[in-house]
Amino acid sequence: MTKVPVEFTLNTREQNEFVETGSTLLSALRDRLGLYGTKAGCHQGTCGACTVIIDGEPHLSCLTLAERCQGKDVTTLEGLAPAGALHPLQQAFMDGFAAQCGFCTPGMILAAKCLLDRNPDPTRDEVVDAISGNICRCTGYEPIIAAILTAAQGMRKPARKRA
Amino acid sequence: MEYRKDYFTGTQTQDLTEVGVTRQRSDVLGHVTGKTQYYADRQFAGLLHLKMVRSPHHHARIKSIDVAKALKVPGVVRILTAKDVPQNIYTILCLIQVEPNDEPVLAFDKVRFKGEQIVAVLAESEAAARDAAAKVKIVYEVLPAVFDVEEALKPGAPLVNEYHGRNYFTYEGHHCRRVRYGDVERAFAKADHVVEEMYQSSPIEHAPTETTGCIVVPDQNDRYTCYSNTQALYFTLDNTALILNSPFQKLRLVGGTVGGGFGGKVDVITEPIAFLAAMLTKRPVKYEYSREEEMQVSSPRAAERIYIKDGLMKDGRITARKVTLYVDAGAYSRHSPYGTTKAAAHMPGPYTIPNVWVDCHCVYTNRTPSSAMRGFGVTIGDFALEVQMDKLARLIGMDPMEFRILNAYRDGDMKAHQKQVEGAALVECVQAAADLARWPLCDRSKTASSLKREV
Ligand code: FES
Ligand code: FES
Repeated sequence: MTKVPVEFTLNTREQNEFVETGSTLLSALRDRLGLYGTKAGCHQGTCGACTVIIDGEPHLSCLTLAERCQGKDVTTLEGLAPAGALHPLQQAFMDGFAAQCGFCTPGMILAAKCLLDRNPDPTRDEVVDAISGNICRCTGYEPIIAAILTAAQGMRKPARKRA
Repeated sequence: MEYRKDYFTGTQTQDLTEVGVTRQRSDVLGHVTGKTQYYADRQFAGLLHLKMVRSPHHHARIKSIDVAKALKVPGVVRILTAKDVPQNIYTILCLIQVEPNDEPVLAFDKVRFKGEQIVAVLAESEAAARDAAAKVKIVYEVLPAVFDVEEALKPGAPLVNEYHGRNYFTYEGHHCRRVRYGDVERAFAKADHVVEEMYQSSPIEHAPTETTGCIVVPDQNDRYTCYSNTQALYFTLDNTALILNSPFQKLRLVGGTVGGGFGGKVDVITEPIAFLAAMLTKRPVKYEYSREEEMQVSSPRAAERIYIKDGLMKDGRITARKVTLYVDAGAYSRHSPYGTTKAAAHMPGPYTIPNVWVDCHCVYTNRTPSSAMRGFGVTIGDFALEVQMDKLARLIGMDPMEFRILNAYRDGDMKAHQKQVEGAALVECVQAAADLARWPLCDRSKTASSLKREV
């Protein structure tokens, strides 16, 4: 196996790794770095459990080559909020019973985060569209959609007060 | 959610304070922060990956197995066949008297469904294990296969499972699970209408987001720890101990959060072979289904075919119900003999019918073995029964809600299983449903009660 060096930002920290050519970002995160918040449900781009944020966009880490992350900014669920604090999406998922077994939850929250970052006031349809690549087999999509809308509302409020 | 306290007033305490109240899950903080530990969220130095060589045929004799080429693939550590398994033939529910043992851990003389496991390859990397698995050469003699429950019971059908000798499970000397109550044939002769319909369902895969798998790690003193996403730790412990001829205290099972189960993770498939592999190599071993394996070989909900024949009077009373039900167990028993018993226990539905005849068959075919899934043995039967109830109501021009209230169990009625009904609540459920749907009920139905049959 040939190894190549990759430098990227991972959850706001500089990360330098040697990765096997052809290996995935998913495997680098889980098997090399022990960041288990990123889940593997299919290894073939169909379930969305492995979703991470790369340069502000949701990406399937099972289909992303680790070596292609050179110079990129990668966020996983572990980097969503400072230690001990919760992002409004995390809080809304907790309050709204939007996570049953929890296996889809990291991918769902990160896909939703990308949506809210570019569109703080999404319609229900836009939320549905944003998580359309993420499969949940337990909770049912309604509580998940409701939690994302609730989080969006909560995140807009302080902005309005300032205005 | 609403907790209706206006039913059964005076007959029970009204202190269900949690009903209708939303509570946070105790494990949800872990879920939203990525800290919940699933079985695969661990690393072990020297981990070996296990990949299975599976049958490409639905039914075939195994003529020969040649692993020579596979052993030469760089990174391959060991290859296991049936000969390596101490007690290769088992059945999951043997400890609750389901017999005989009818399923091999690794197939050796025959394969009975497409995707059945035959050879386990252990290698340093997943890629090496997969490459080597593709190089195992198995010669088959393809046999005729049977995929339909009624075809399988006909004389001359291919014999699926030799351990049973017939294509059905035997219940205390009987070819099916039976319920007999009253005389259905006499009641049919006297009925205003006799209605016979057939219902059937396909197998349903649970498709959990996390696939089935486990990691077995050698500990000190010849002990082994298994991290598994099984829903059935104790079935797994029992069966593994029996398959490996091993005392319990050598085997430690660690469960935890399951990434979706729905009954699909109660079979004992990955753990015994992973334990064996760890014992023989003295290294940690991971056996995880790919998504394709989860869809192809993990047990689905059984397909069922159900014939219901009812005797019905013009006034809405059902006087006879005859049910012939077939559960497609697939190639092996797993939980299906038990599921079929549940199906028989569930008939004729929550209705008081004076004449009942039920035959529930647990049938072997060359399809993927079926097993547990949310209310298995009951859910498909309910679908058939309730569609049948609608058809009966329509036939005599009666409101479907009123029709159910008229025939519903009342406390004190005798069930077909010769047990008196206690704690019935169907009448009230239908009344509440009608209420919510703003569905008008006649006075007689509105005042009906599960506590007594109105005259
Ligand atoms: S694991 Fe990447 S999409 Fe399923
Ligand atoms: S909560 Fe289990 S898959 Fe979504």
